[in-house]
Amino acid sequence: MAFFEGLKMTGGYGTGPDIINSCSVDVNRGEIVSILGPNGAGKSTAMKALLGLINLKSGAVVINGKDISKLSPQDRVREGISFVPQTKNVFTGMSVEENLEMGAYLRDDDYQNIIEEIYELFPILREKRNQLVGELSGGQRQQVALGRALMIKPSVLMLDEPTAGVSPIVMDELFDHIIKVKRTNVAILMVEQNAKQALNISDRGYVLVTGENKYSGTGQELLNDPRVRSSFLGG
Amino acid sequence: MDFLNAIILLLNYIFVPALTYGSQLALGAIFVTLIYGILRFANFATGDMMAFGTMVTILITWYFQSIGISLGVLPTALLAIPFAIIFMIGYMLFIDKFVFRYYRVNKSPPVQLAMVSIGVMFVTQAVVRIIIGPSDRRFFDGERFIIKAGEFKEMTGLNEGLAIKSSQVMTIFITLVLVSILFWFLNKTKTGKSMRAYSDNEDLALLSGIDPKRVVMITWIIAGILATIGGALYGLDKSFKPFTYFNNMLPIFAAAIVGGIGNPFGAFLGGYVIAFSEIFLTYAYKKFFMYVLPASMEPETLIQLLSTDYKFAVSFSILVIVLLYRPNGIFKGKVL
Ligand SMILES: Nc1ncnc2c1ncn2[C@@H]1O[C@H](COP(=O)(O)OP(=O)(O)O)[C@@H](O)[C@H]1O
Ligand SMILES: [Mg+2]
Repeated sequence: MAFFEGLKMTGGYGTGPDIINSCSVDVNRGEIVSILGPNGAGKSTAMKALLGLINLKSGAVVINGKDISKLSPQDRVREGISFVPQTKNVFTGMSVEENLEMGAYLRDDDYQNIIEEIYELFPILREKRNQLVGELSGGQRQQVALGRALMIKPSVLMLDEPTAGVSPIVMDELFDHIIKVKRTNVAILMVEQNAKQALNISDRGYVLVTGENKYSGTGQELLNDPRVRSSFLGG
Repeated sequence: MDFLNAIILLLNYIFVPALTYGSQLALGAIFVTLIYGILRFANFATGDMMAFGTMVTILITWYFQSIGISLGVLPTALLAIPFAIIFMIGYMLFIDKFVFRYYRVNKSPPVQLAMVSIGVMFVTQAVVRIIIGPSDRRFFDGERFIIKAGEFKEMTGLNEGLAIKSSQVMTIFITLVLVSILFWFLNKTKTGKSMRAYSDNEDLALLSGIDPKRVVMITWIIAGILATIGGALYGLDKSFKPFTYFNNMLPIFAAAIVGGIGNPFGAFLGGYVIAFSEIFLTYAYKKFFMYVLPASMEPETLIQLLSTDYKFAVSFSILVIVLLYRPNGIFKGKVL
C-alpha cells in the first residue's frame, strides 16, 4: 500500500462526461512520480480528483491508509496534501512574503521559521520578499507557488505543470528545487509536458491517455520503452 | 492683503467643503470597491444602505435626546453611531443570508448579483421611506461651528471669513481614523490578508484553507460600518434626505472606478478626486478674480464653468472618461 493513492478513479465535471476512467496513481514519501500524456488526456483532472475539486463517481483516494474520498478540498489540505494548480497559482496582487503567509493560513503556530526554511530553499524569494508577485518573472512565480504550497509542511505535494512556459535553464533550476523538496521526505506527484526531463528526475511515471492509465513504470523504463518514446517523447 | 483674502476665499468655499465631501464619498467608494473585490458584484444598493444606516442613527439619536442624553458641544449622533453600526451589521448579514447567499452558492454571474442588488435597493429604499419618510431632516445638535466667519474676520482683520463647521472637522477626522484602521487591518492582520487573497485569487485562497464564509461575513461587517459612518457623517454635515443618498451613488461609483474598482486605497483617493473636481468646476470664481486682478480687469460674469445644477454631470463625465481611457483606474497599484 503506497502512502498516497488514487484508486480506480472515475469522474468528470458536473454532469458532463467522464474525463478520467478507472485511473489509478500512487506515490510514496521521498518519491517523485510524474503523470504524462497528451493535451486533454485528463492529467489535470486526475489531480483535481485527488484533491476533491471534482466529485468521483467511483474509486477512492487514500492517504496513509485513511480513506479521504469524502473530504472537502480544504480538509484534504489539512491532511497534508498541497496542490499547485497549473494556472493562477499565486496571489499576484500580494507580496512574496504575503503569499507564503497565505500558504500557512491553516497553521496556528508561529510559522516564521518555516518562511525562513522556504527562503533557504529559494534564496531569490528572500531577495524579493516585499515585491508584488505579479511583477516577478515566470520562474520566480513558480518558486513562490511552490513555496506557498510548502508552508503547511505537506506530506504530499501535487504540481500541475510546474515548468510550463519557462526557459530550459529555469526549468532545470525548478527541477533542482523539486528534487530538494523530495529529499525532505515529501511525496511529489507532478504533471509534466517536458516529459524527458521530468522522467529523468522521476522515480516512477504514468502515461495517461483519454483518462486511462496506458503505461507505467520507473522513469528509466518509460524513457527506454519504444512505444512511449515514439508517441510521447518525440522518438 | 487681497492675495490672502483670495486664498481664504478658496479655502472656505472649495478646499474645506471638498475635503469634507470627498471624505464622505471615499467611505462609500471603499464600500463599493470592497463588495466588488470580494463578492464580485456592483452593489447598487450602496446609497440606500447608507441611507438606512443614517436613518437608524437618527432614530437612536432621537431616542437619546428624548431621555435627555447628550454629548454637550458634540452632536448626540456620535453616541448613536456605534449602536446604529451594530444594527446595520445585522441588516447586512440578514440581507446576505436571505438574498445574496443564494446567488453566491449557485455561482450566479456578477450581472445577476448586480440585478439582485437593485432589488435590495428598492426594498431598502421603501423601508427607509416607510419608517422615517422622504423629507429632509436635520439631526445635528451641539456646537455647529469651530470657527465662525465673523470671528475669523475679527481675529485676522481680513475681508473674507473662514468658517469651519464642527461637522466638517469631524467628518475628515473620523474618515482618516477609520480608513487608517481599515488599511492596517487589510495589510497587516492575518484575517485582512486572507480577504485580499480571496479577492485576488478565490480558488487558490480556498486551496490555502481560507474559509470563504468568514471572508464574506467580515466583508459585510466592514460594509455595515462604512455605510453607517459614511451616511451619518454626510447627514450631519448636510442633511438627511433619502433621495440624496440614492443620488450620491453616482459620485460614489465614479470615485470607486476612478480609483480602480477593487482597490480600496484608490477608492479612498478617488473620493477626493471626484469631490474636488465637482466643486472646482461648479464654483463661481468672480470674487476670487476681484481680489487677484486689478480693478480695471474686474470680471463681469460669475466665472462659473458649470452651474451647480450640473454637478452630477462632473462625476458622470469623469466616470465615462476613465472607463474609456483608463478602465483600470488612474492610480497604479495593487488590488485589495
Ligand atoms: N472545468 C472544466 N469543465 C469541463 N470540462 C473540463 C474542465 N477542465 C477540463 N475539462 C475537459 O477535460 C478534459 C481533460 O482536461 P485536462 O484534465 O485539463 O487535460 P490535461 O491536463 O491532461 O491537458 C478536456 O477535454 C477538457 O476539455
Ligand atoms: Mg493540464
